Amino acid sequence: MNLVNLSTLIIPFLVALIVIYAIYKKINVYDVFISGAKDGIEMGISIFPYLLAMIVAINVLLKSHIIEDFLVLLKPVLSCIKIPMPVIPMAIMRPISGSSTLILMNDIYVNYGVDSFLGKLASTIQGSTDTTIYILTLYFGFVGIKKIKYAMWVGLFADLIGVIASILVVSWLF
Amino acid sequence: MINKIWAFFIIIGILYGFLTGNIDLINKEIINSAKTALDMFLTIFPIIVLWVGIMAIAKESGLLDKLAKMLSPLLTFLFPEIPKNHESFGFISSNIIVNIFGLGSAATPFGLKAMKSLQELNQKKDTASRSMITFLVMNTSGLSIVPTTVISLRMLHGSSNPTEVILPIILATTAATVFGLIMDRIVAKIKR
Repeated sequence: MNLVNLSTLIIPFLVALIVIYAIYKKINVYDVFISGAKDGIEMGISIFPYLLAMIVAINVLLKSHIIEDFLVLLKPVLSCIKIPMPVIPMAIMRPISGSSTLILMNDIYVNYGVDSFLGKLASTIQGSTDTTIYILTLYFGFVGIKKIKYAMWVGLFADLIGVIASILVVSWLF
Repeated sequence: MINKIWAFFIIIGILYGFLTGNIDLINKEIINSAKTALDMFLTIFPIIVLWVGIMAIAKESGLLDKLAKMLSPLLTFLFPEIPKNHESFGFISSNIIVNIFGLGSAATPFGLKAMKSLQELNQKKDTASRSMITFLVMNTSGLSIVPTTVISLRMLHGSSNPTEVILPIILATTAATVFGLIMDRIVAKIKR
């Protein structure tokens, strides 16, 4: 609880610190903010095409239900290697879509309980990885990089490590 | 690569939807998701403008450089290609700090600023530089010590101890980040 309260303090504190330090350095804070924000408008608008392109592609893929159907096929293989089944869709979706992973986590909370082993495992997977594909397309797209080389494989590798580590750590701690 | 992924998602999605008789759903989704993208844009756009403004103050006052100096042993180790005292260190360190404290919304503008300054150092403008890939691996492995979204959702679902997942999250995310960065180093060496 305290940590949550702490995190609500961080933003106001950070903003106050930045402004106070700038005044101490005799900066015209308001003018600098405005000219920076104008820069931000350009930046914000320029990411929209990347956002739109990726959201349309991801949602079309999700709505075709190919991932769910694929998982049904994989079920016998996966249950052999002792990975808790209900979190597998989460692990696969995590790099592609943040919002659908949150929905899957919600389902696990409802079906198995938030304080169950699976509930804790789902929370840990959600908290320890990020939407790799989204970050890659947005960040590289923004600066006009077309050849991303090995970035995606290393990013996905880190996600895989995150999932494996989550399973190991949660089994060990709880 | 991104070209292929994008085309793959769309073609597979539409074909599979057609073959399984879900083409109606796909049809609706194409239009709806454009609206979803706009909603998402409207959520993050003002946040980006706000944080870029705030960041401009921190940069002008020298606070960003101070932060970069504090983290510089770590940064020069992770990004050997970036010249000392380059402005990208300031943006990279602010992005790291913001991610660690779970302020996801502010991470994007700092991250984009960092990418822009890394692009200035980049020799081949259409190809990802080694530093860019390292920076992105740090971001995609989700390094964080205050997972705000997860904890608030656990509270919402009436967990008896919403914060007990913080320790496992820190351990798992650290493992992902460390192994991701090690892998990044290895692949960068091999591909050279």
